[in-house]
Amino acid sequence: MRKVAVVGAGMTKFARRALETPKELSYQASKAALDSAGMKLKDIDCVAHGSAPDAFDGIHQKGEYLADGCGGWNKPTMRVFVGGATGVHAIAHGWYHVASGLADTCLVVCEEKMSSAMPHAQAFFLTIFDAITERALGLNLIWIFALEMKRYMERYGYTKEDMALSAMKNKNQGLKHPASQFYGGNELTVEDILNSEVMASPVSRLDVSPVSDGAAAIVLASERTARRLTDKPVWIEGVGWCLDTAYWATRDLYYPRYTEIAARKAYKMAGIREPHKEINIAEPYDPFGYKQLHHMEGLLLSPKGKTVELLRDGHFDMDGNLPMCPSGGLLGVGNPIAAAGTLKLCELFWQLRGEAGERQVPGNPRLGVAQAWGDLMQVSSVVVMGINNA
Amino acid sequence: MDHKEFIRGGTALSEDEIKSGKIFVEEDALDCRYAWDTGVAIGRYLAELKKGKIIAKKTNCCDRIMIPPRMFCELCYRPSGAWTYVQDTGVVNTFSISNIYYDASRVPSGEPNPMPAVIEIDGASKGMGIMHLLGEVKPEDVKIGMKVKAVWKPESERTGSITDIEYFKPY
Repeated sequence: MRKVAVVGAGMTKFARRALETPKELSYQASKAALDSAGMKLKDIDCVAHGSAPDAFDGIHQKGEYLADGCGGWNKPTMRVFVGGATGVHAIAHGWYHVASGLADTCLVVCEEKMSSAMPHAQAFFLTIFDAITERALGLNLIWIFALEMKRYMERYGYTKEDMALSAMKNKNQGLKHPASQFYGGNELTVEDILNSEVMASPVSRLDVSPVSDGAAAIVLASERTARRLTDKPVWIEGVGWCLDTAYWATRDLYYPRYTEIAARKAYKMAGIREPHKEINIAEPYDPFGYKQLHHMEGLLLSPKGKTVELLRDGHFDMDGNLPMCPSGGLLGVGNPIAAAGTLKLCELFWQLRGEAGERQVPGNPRLGVAQAWGDLMQVSSVVVMGINNA
Repeated sequence: MDHKEFIRGGTALSEDEIKSGKIFVEEDALDCRYAWDTGVAIGRYLAELKKGKIIAKKTNCCDRIMIPPRMFCELCYRPSGAWTYVQDTGVVNTFSISNIYYDASRVPSGEPNPMPAVIEIDGASKGMGIMHLLGEVKPEDVKIGMKVKAVWKPESERTGSITDIEYFKPY
């Protein structure tokens, strides 16, 4: 397989409700990514795009609707969809196109507009559950994440305050991201989070990332093309993904084994033996405060049951041993489902090139990992990216 | 180069702009209807629920008792084996006390809070659970590890649905 580099990245602001249509958002993010690579659409051989449930838009087969906004007409264009994991999955999918030799360049675009669904996008998640054995019970995603969070906390004796600390870290970091809907806003305290309205215990409103509209894009290129385009290519060192059982009530929710399987595949490809020592930046998927800690364990970046201790010790701070979610993540920037995963890839690109501005992780980070999670809470996609800055 | 240059668009609309009608909105209400065939495995599961019983299916390959029942073992990828009844009791694996319904609307004050839980069913393989609701218990008394039993609808009201069990209560 050929080496594949990321040569450009761009995104829109993530807004609670955006003026632009899904196509327009896709265009803005894609154009920004192409501009950052110094490329035109004619330089792109194929398009890999991702977007989550069609039901949000009320447009069935949304891929065909989005394709022109993604620069996909008259090109080999494919859409992938694994719910929340889509944003990282789409990069793995785009990577294949270039690694295989089929294409020299690939534009990867992920978009989500959640605000069209009335009165609230959450209602549409009812229809991702088993039609016969679960839907009649009137459940939603907040409920099952509450069940998972409760199980995780119980297993290790973590408290609500521990989980609020995790959410607070990202919410406050997000204030430094120009794409965040909270950019330049006020910091939150643990008390703010603990005192926010309980949605489904133990989940309170500020434990959750905000429903958002937005798009993010990156440009992939083969080694030869990448070296012609930039002197700072960021290499895709490894990819992995894994789907676990959709009978979600029949597996123990305290540990994301699908994340571990996906991470091991990505690390093996990247030649990483001791991820917690070798990785410099982690962007685990963080739709909830507890979830990024859960994922750090699945990514083998933190020992099971010790993650809160490390968090409290500052291990995951910007100047800690392993900075976690320097972007601010979904909690701090926003959670337009598919685009949220790609936000993390954009962040690694900017961080590894030293272009992340006031969020820049010190010490010339060399290797980063991004991960997203989705479907019926049983899919993980993992991408390892690195730079040779010797 | 600063990354800020490559963050564009995503123009946030304000509450005021939306409510005052300054932007155009096209509305539609889709009415999608389906009649799902319940299938071989779940069809039998529902028929047994109507009788007030919970049925599972054994695997021939890996010695599991699966609930909900399936016609094949998804791990070994072989046909599953004999039908077997399991208990209508179980253990709470995890739970939540919810202030919202499925559509994120708030539970009005005075209305009971839904209490979803994963219940590991007695007689099924360890860890094999289903999602259902808890009842006849104060929210503050619910615990992980609590033993619970199904509360069935009266036989005349059962329709062959997961809701033939109204909820699970401590026993």
